[in-house]
Amino acid sequence: MDHLKIADRVFSSRLFLGTGKFGSPQLMGEAVSASGSELVTVSLKRIDAETETDTLLEQLQLPGVQVLPNTSGARNAREAVFAAQLAREALETNWLKLEIHPDPKYLMPDALETLKATEELARLGFVVLPYIHADPVLCKQLEEAGTAAVMPLGAPIGTNKGLRTLDFLEIIIEQSRVPVIVDAGIGAPSHAAQAMELGADAVLVNTAVAVSSDPVRMAEAFKWAVAAGRAAYVAGLGGMRRHAGASSPLTAFLDDLNA
Amino acid sequence: MFSEIFECYDWDTIAGEIAGKTEADVQAALQKSKRNLEDFKALISPAALPFLEQMARLSHGLTQKRFGKTIQMYAPLYLSNECQNICTYCAFSLDNNIPRRTLSGAEILQEIAVLKQMGYDHVLLVTGEANKTVGVAYLKETIRLIRPHFSNISMEVQPLDEADYALLRGEGLHSVLVYQETYHRDHYKQYHPKGKKSNFQYRLETPDRLGKAGIHKIGLGTLIGLEDWRAEAFFTALHLQYLERTYWRTKYSVSFPRLRPIEQAGQNDPKVFERYMSDKELVQLICAYRLLDEELELSLSTREEERFRDHIIPLGITSMSAGSKTNPGGYAVSPQSLEQFEISDERSPEEMAAVIRAKGYEPIWKDWHPVWMQ
Repeated sequence: MDHLKIADRVFSSRLFLGTGKFGSPQLMGEAVSASGSELVTVSLKRIDAETETDTLLEQLQLPGVQVLPNTSGARNAREAVFAAQLAREALETNWLKLEIHPDPKYLMPDALETLKATEELARLGFVVLPYIHADPVLCKQLEEAGTAAVMPLGAPIGTNKGLRTLDFLEIIIEQSRVPVIVDAGIGAPSHAAQAMELGADAVLVNTAVAVSSDPVRMAEAFKWAVAAGRAAYVAGLGGMRRHAGASSPLTAFLDDLNA
Repeated sequence: MFSEIFECYDWDTIAGEIAGKTEADVQAALQKSKRNLEDFKALISPAALPFLEQMARLSHGLTQKRFGKTIQMYAPLYLSNECQNICTYCAFSLDNNIPRRTLSGAEILQEIAVLKQMGYDHVLLVTGEANKTVGVAYLKETIRLIRPHFSNISMEVQPLDEADYALLRGEGLHSVLVYQETYHRDHYKQYHPKGKKSNFQYRLETPDRLGKAGIHKIGLGTLIGLEDWRAEAFFTALHLQYLERTYWRTKYSVSFPRLRPIEQAGQNDPKVFERYMSDKELVQLICAYRLLDEELELSLSTREEERFRDHIIPLGITSMSAGSKTNPGGYAVSPQSLEQFEISDERSPEEMAAVIRAKGYEPIWKDWHPVWMQ
């Protein structure tokens, strides 16, 4: 079977889902179910750990679904590490999606602080999945720092623009020794399929599903697209041909020379 | 400082340029994916009114893309109506002979018990300007007192110095709202004839001080009903763009307080404001801000009426208050005292949340973590 392994966990679905922006927690829960996703991100800042029933978390008590807290809102490594420790306590998981964006407008990840926080969190025993720019060098540095995966962005978060960082994603996928999860910017199932065809290990989708007029159906569409893209990658895509082969091959003379 | 940029603009020239925008300017602005201040002028101009439906559709889509189907909920907590300023549009004005009150620590706890029961986790502290009784020390104590009870604390009080903002940020203050009231420098003096507030320059430079102090979110706005709202909107947007570029770690929000009638001592009828803005124009302004800035938070208070608030939910607004009291002690301690202004939408937070849900949106009560309030 074609499974994805991150740290000590094995996933059969390669679609990860974000849980923000949905019109209601119920709809979010239904979309998660329809997506078949086994790993869903939840923002620590949205969770009310004090009240016994947090509606968001309640909806995510689904069989086979693991909650991955994120540090959205943290502006530097110090705040992120602090948030990670709280998340570990509140959600009883040492898995963490590390998000550090000092820029609240475009939510651009801070490479320097993310590397710093990854080193620290890995040391503290966290399974770290950092959200980053599609920066191949940073990915290798994060690997050395002990990251469990890398999550490069396809386009600015929430833009639905698709794989604008394609060339860099290809390099990252080629070089990576940890799973590559394409995060942010995936706006259509075709974008998700494209990422999987490239050889990404998984994709994370949120806005495209949550903001759809039928999130449940869209979640299902992404499930198929991710599976299709993965199957195509595993099967091996045929090389692309722009036109038919020349009738007299350019290297045919080699046969004549050796004759 | 923004004041240097502000010097380069002339109110009447700007108002004239906005009035001169044509249908073609509006169409060009609508077709762009990134819009500038010239486009904004077209979108707030009278020429854009026939395109309101198109603007609303674009605004709806952009807002959902960024903020999802969510509305953030917050409540104002009036701490004091003491004020040393004369503001011609405010019920708390020094020259309005009303009973004055500043809440004590025990009273604040009574008030917040009610707010917590309503479900609130984000609170906005409001005061007049009385630096001796309601100064930085009072604000600091209050933030300390309420911090264990709220995930996010905002403040709408008199402008302070940078060091004071930094100090309050250290205590857990997240956001500060300081409306310029009006960017019309000459008329500003007429509306604020007395008190520290009459210093236009100090107020204009307040967002700079907030940015330097590292306050997480800065709220801008002008009072609608004093001057030409279109020119006010241009200057607000100019200010916003300057701030976004300069203090890029900070979040921004804009509010659109349409002045409500106020009660004045010795007067039978409430005072009303003439340069009013129609509902249609308010929708135009909200959509224009969204088309200019996809990431900007846009807030709508209970100044607006029920029907308007219900329909505006999907059009670009990102945060709302409900069940608000605009008098110190209004929630529990002394519900009968004079309000700063009459609210229009008196529905409870629970009722408002039900309306938001019926629109297919989720009311968000908590979207910050106290861990970052330091």
